[in-house]
Amino acid sequence: MEGNLVEIVSVLSAAIAVSFGAIGPALGEGRAVAAAMDAIARQPEAAGTLSRTLFVGLAMIETMAIYTLVIALLVLFANPFV
Amino acid sequence: MQSPLEHVVLFHVGPVPISEPVVVTWLIMAGLGLFAFLSARKLAILPSRTQTVLELFVTVLDDQIRETMRRDPAPFRPLIGTLLLFVLFANWMSLIPGIEPPTAHIETDAALALWVFVATIAFGISGRGLRGYLDTFVEPSWVMMPLNLIEQITRTFSLIIRLFGNVMSGVFVVGIVLSLAGLFVPIPLMALELLTGAVQAYIFAILATVFIGAAAGESEEIPLTAKESE
Repeated sequence: MEGNLVEIVSVLSAAIAVSFGAIGPALGEGRAVAAAMDAIARQPEAAGTLSRTLFVGLAMIETMAIYTLVIALLVLFANPFV
Repeated sequence: MQSPLEHVVLFHVGPVPISEPVVVTWLIMAGLGLFAFLSARKLAILPSRTQTVLELFVTVLDDQIRETMRRDPAPFRPLIGTLLLFVLFANWMSLIPGIEPPTAHIETDAALALWVFVATIAFGISGRGLRGYLDTFVEPSWVMMPLNLIEQITRTFSLIIRLFGNVMSGVFVVGIVLSLAGLFVPIPLMALELLTGAVQAYIFAILATVFIGAAAGESEEIPLTAKESE
């Protein structure tokens, strides 16, 4: 079999990191968007302020998923142990 | 597959290697600068079509800054507007075949985010005075000072990683789908990339506004919005 154990574990851990790291932010973003929709439905005149705050909040939540992606990329392409 | 952390060096200027993102950055800078110079050269009371679009952009930008910061937007307009336009055009560079967006490389994002970091400190000192700005680090009590200091670094870092991760992952996914499926399949993903690029440019600019506004503090009298002052 080609590749040593470290490389195999690296690829596996990258996949696991991205897949599990995406669960939390996905749930969080879903809740945030649902709450914003609810608020816009109640108060349509505040839609501008709400959507701006929503976008900033979504960016903050999304950063968690991006961090796992960066960890996965480091493991795949800049692994210090290979 | 090429690592997103590596660079293609195009040529050398003396001992300095010039990579592809730097050249694309220069192209965007030259293009935006030339367009701004040409369109602002002949300003008229009765605006032309280009001037109307530019005035609309500046008005919307001013309203956003004013609503977020509760301050007069004039000192912040050049920095925030340039960041927004540059990141937007840099993200959309992937539309041109053979060109990668410079924001898909971490160095460009690091340069942009470091400017936001420097601007935060500069506007904080000019808005509150040196003593007043340093006092914000011991709010609400001196126990929070290490956390406040760390926050300055982590939020700059997250600004870098957010832009880099979003743009780079878009380029990466399109590359993977292209290698798997063929010529026309990645087009919907590229359309999605346009949306992501615009949203990320907006978020980068808004977060810079929020950080600078938090450092500079609110001014005492809330300035009128454009509609009210007419």
